[in-house]
Amino acid sequence: MDTIRQVRFVWKPLVFACSLLPFAMVAGDLFGITGSLGANPVEEIQDRFGTWGLRFMLITLAVTPLRMISHMNWLARFRRMTGLFAFFYVLMHFLTWAILDQDLVHSVNALPAIAEDIVKRPFITIGFAAFLVLIALATTSTAGMRRRLGRRWQKLHNWIYVAAVMGVWHYWWQVKLDASEPAIYAAILTLLLGYRIWRRQKSLVPRNTG
Amino acid sequence: MLIKKPADIRPSEITSRDNYLNRRKFMQAAALAGGSLVAGDALTALVPDQKQAKLADIVPSQYSTDESPNSFMDITSYNNFYEFGMRKEDPKRNSQSLRTRPWSIEVSGNAEVTGTFALEDFVKPHTLEERIYRLRCVEAWSMVIPWVGIPLADIIKQFKPMSSAKYVVFETLLDKEQMPGQRSRSLRWPYVEGLTIAEATNPLPILAVGVYGEVLPNQNGAPLRLIVPWKYGFKSIKSIVRMHFSETRPGTSWEIAAPHEYGFYANVNPDVDHPRWSQARERRIGSDQGTGLQSLFSASRQETLMFNGYGEHVAHLYDGLDLRKNF
Repeated sequence: MDTIRQVRFVWKPLVFACSLLPFAMVAGDLFGITGSLGANPVEEIQDRFGTWGLRFMLITLAVTPLRMISHMNWLARFRRMTGLFAFFYVLMHFLTWAILDQDLVHSVNALPAIAEDIVKRPFITIGFAAFLVLIALATTSTAGMRRRLGRRWQKLHNWIYVAAVMGVWHYWWQVKLDASEPAIYAAILTLLLGYRIWRRQKSLVPRNTG
Repeated sequence: MLIKKPADIRPSEITSRDNYLNRRKFMQAAALAGGSLVAGDALTALVPDQKQAKLADIVPSQYSTDESPNSFMDITSYNNFYEFGMRKEDPKRNSQSLRTRPWSIEVSGNAEVTGTFALEDFVKPHTLEERIYRLRCVEAWSMVIPWVGIPLADIIKQFKPMSSAKYVVFETLLDKEQMPGQRSRSLRWPYVEGLTIAEATNPLPILAVGVYGEVLPNQNGAPLRLIVPWKYGFKSIKSIVRMHFSETRPGTSWEIAAPHEYGFYANVNPDVDHPRWSQARERRIGSDQGTGLQSLFSASRQETLMFNGYGEHVAHLYDGLDLRKNF
């Protein structure tokens, strides 16, 4: 099998299945098969989905640097899938918050409180903004949309950097006291974005001097 | 890979609510029938040395709520105790090696009686009471917990504070070896909390030594902790080794860590939001409210009550005080 076929028929399904594992774990824990969600299951689910949303954003942002360093160009084929999983977990995080945590499940009266939180609580505002960006990226991720948007597509999809920064920020603002875990995410994100800036400057320098 | 986590407590080990409530009724009936609870005939408080030992001679209290208590499992596996880590499951996991004997409490400051007392002697003159209290965490979740303890007012009376004693200050054990969380500089150690003398001598606060009729598990602040039911949970300091009668207001741990978010008073107040979240409502913890999807949809939010519903007993303590400024 050549590399492209191998990626398509072996690696992609495998990565897809692995990416679903965090979701499967939540379901398994919920029904007491794989473990338990503890005394506050809603909070636990919300935290796990949020964390995995962030992780998949970082994984997606790691694809290009890895590809450039390793020259394994086929890695680029995973970018859309991991990006869509980032959106999937952030969507689940948002739905858990709105429906279960804010009680939308019991009454639509929760809507004003949800709207108020989004406007009034900066860490929720910024998280919600990141979510909106991800919606735009997910809905324009198809090949057809890419063709239709032409050069604007890349411009739009560069917003993943903004979404990732806002996502880590949202996490940082949300912790009660100890920011050591969000700091790890921030450090990885800085590394991934820093690599891009460094590459850009490196490629700009010869052009300017030459 | 799916990894099965070992369940620490089998469902059969959890006291069922019905059994528990029956036991309470029995105790209440026994207390009434015995008629031994007249003044001056107090039962002696004994706190056994072993984990999970049953406490004897507990009397019920008029201050207990009728609400259903949370399960022993919820109470002992989901709480904050940063000395043992910052996640809710950390205290249970990391506190098992805490040595709660020998344990002594140093009483100091502006009082006629001061000194260092062994835990046994500290509690002996008093009667154990069961107080089923609502607990409201500043993180907007709540539980109902059947504590066993001694009214703080009784304990304070015994040390005869002077009129210059305006505050009672409490300190948690400082021991990095036993409390690994103290190696992290998350809070300033040891944990310090305090009450005004009027708050401390109100009938509601207790020093708890047990829960569900048993010796307090380490993760819940063994062997001796404060319970102040109308204040956010962080005021209820755990594993106390020092009680100090002070003329000046102490800097308390969370207030020092984030003064714009946590105040000295920390009264439960639905009208004063935490800067980052609303305090108007709370999630009542209850993993025993069903399994599977039901557990997600049954635990709904409820309105938070002023002073956590204990206003009739404590609101007068704050007459003339602006609770927005003194949050």
